[in-house]
Amino acid sequence: MAKFQLSRRKFLTAASLGTSGLLLSGCDAFDSHLGMGDGLRSFLEGANDLTHRAQRLLTRDTLAPEFSEADIRQPMRPNGITAPDDDTYNALLSNNFADWRLQVTGLVEKPLSLSLDQLHAMPSRTQITRHDCVEGWSCIAKWTGTPLALVLDKAVVKSEARYVVFHCLDTIDHDASGDVKYYGSIDLIDARHPQTILAYGLNGKPLPVENGAPLRARVERQLGYKMPKYLSKIELVSSFAAMGGGRGGYWEDYGYDWYGGI
Amino acid sequence: MDAAIDSHPPQAQAAEQGKGPLVYRQSRWTRLTHWVWAFALFFMLMSGLQIFNARPQLYIGQESGFGYDNTVFQIGAMDTDHGPRGFTKILGHAFDTTGVLGWSGPPGQESARAFPSWATIPSYYDLGTARVIHFFFAWVLSATLLVWLVAGLLNGHIARDLLPRMKDFRRLPADIAAHLRLKFHHVRDYNTLQKLTYGGVLFLLLPLMIVTGLAMSPSMDSLLPWLNEILGGRQTARTIHFSIMVLLVLFFLAHMLMILAAGPINELRSIVTGWYRTDPPRTDSTNDGERSA
Repeated sequence: MAKFQLSRRKFLTAASLGTSGLLLSGCDAFDSHLGMGDGLRSFLEGANDLTHRAQRLLTRDTLAPEFSEADIRQPMRPNGITAPDDDTYNALLSNNFADWRLQVTGLVEKPLSLSLDQLHAMPSRTQITRHDCVEGWSCIAKWTGTPLALVLDKAVVKSEARYVVFHCLDTIDHDASGDVKYYGSIDLIDARHPQTILAYGLNGKPLPVENGAPLRARVERQLGYKMPKYLSKIELVSSFAAMGGGRGGYWEDYGYDWYGGI
Repeated sequence: MDAAIDSHPPQAQAAEQGKGPLVYRQSRWTRLTHWVWAFALFFMLMSGLQIFNARPQLYIGQESGFGYDNTVFQIGAMDTDHGPRGFTKILGHAFDTTGVLGWSGPPGQESARAFPSWATIPSYYDLGTARVIHFFFAWVLSATLLVWLVAGLLNGHIARDLLPRMKDFRRLPADIAAHLRLKFHHVRDYNTLQKLTYGGVLFLLLPLMIVTGLAMSPSMDSLLPWLNEILGGRQTARTIHFSIMVLLVLFFLAHMLMILAAGPINELRSIVTGWYRTDPPRTDSTNDGERSA
């Protein structure tokens, strides 16, 4: 009996020492298991698929809250690249985007090349929404643009397409192969959502450069990094595995979750 | 069954060593969920502090004030005549927190970061990874809370052990006094402060933590737009989320202090094996053995 108690006591002491050791060593103890592609990290990332499925189940057709003019109390906060220093972009900007075109390519029956005027001529949607940045801040602003669904209908999406990939004009990084342009992707459910627009207007004025002129995506039920700015091309694909780091977007390639609804 | 784990009959043990009897205090559901929560909350706290570091500022309302001021809490760094200093600003009152909050790191390698490296997972700045960890354990925490709730309702734990009754409230002043003197009676039932604290954490803080967490999800807002209206806006929800974290950390510290004061081996045994050593029956005429101070 005494022996039994001793072993139990030993166990408890060891357990408490182990726990306090974990606390005292600081949290670099976990750093080496959390890199991209690490088994533990991939396992933990499975929770994001669960979140994605659960939210898809619950929020297939739900609308993001919309606000009133009185809720717009400040200019829209710009984030990320706010002044692209790409020659192509600056040449287009100097001409007030008269030569800019939005290419719609990939798995579509009718590839498109749309000018800003053509987009303006299509039916538009204006919405006052709250922009939520992954960093934690929020900002309310009024966005005007062409529903992405209308552009997709015009291009006639092929049945094997699953994702819309946004290609951008701004260089956000440099690697061995040269400039890395921002890119991102969403699925067709979000692409066809009524509040998903290609915005050319902000707070009643043309979209400023710092917020993504001439055209940016608004995907209102996801975080800011899912709404690329400075759009040049929309590509319909069945998989984004071969693009960039293969995770569907610039930030995703650095470890952000592809699904940004949380 | 759990009872089979313990090889010695409580009465025999008590008679032999002059101690009170061992009683079966914690069901397997309580013990299992307790340790899952402990594990999950540890990772949620440290990944949460990392997430906070991405925007170490809390606001009241739907949005963050950039063109106006609705900040209620901020951790930051600023240049002074004496070099960079870390500061923490609460409702407009700034405190110098250099070394811990705002500006910290190994000597010579200090950097501007809200919570220090030893308090975050990963230790280096990595918002994406912290979110992966945080949301994984958010599922674990929520699922465990649901399991606990169902088990606790079915096995009577919640009604029998946590629900405070009139006599608990009558005992409250004496119970507070006993806690302040760190004097404890070791009995099976929780004392009043335990009932209120555990009940408060399980029925108030953790559910509110989950609700404010969901309120920050733009996709959940499309499903439950009234959630942020009740809470006072997404940024208020974030501020509440952070405040509950502070309360949970304070709960943890009090919990550790109480365990150390009440006898760590016995307390740990009860939450590991379920068995708890009670005080010997009192022989004097003022026996209030039932009263757990």
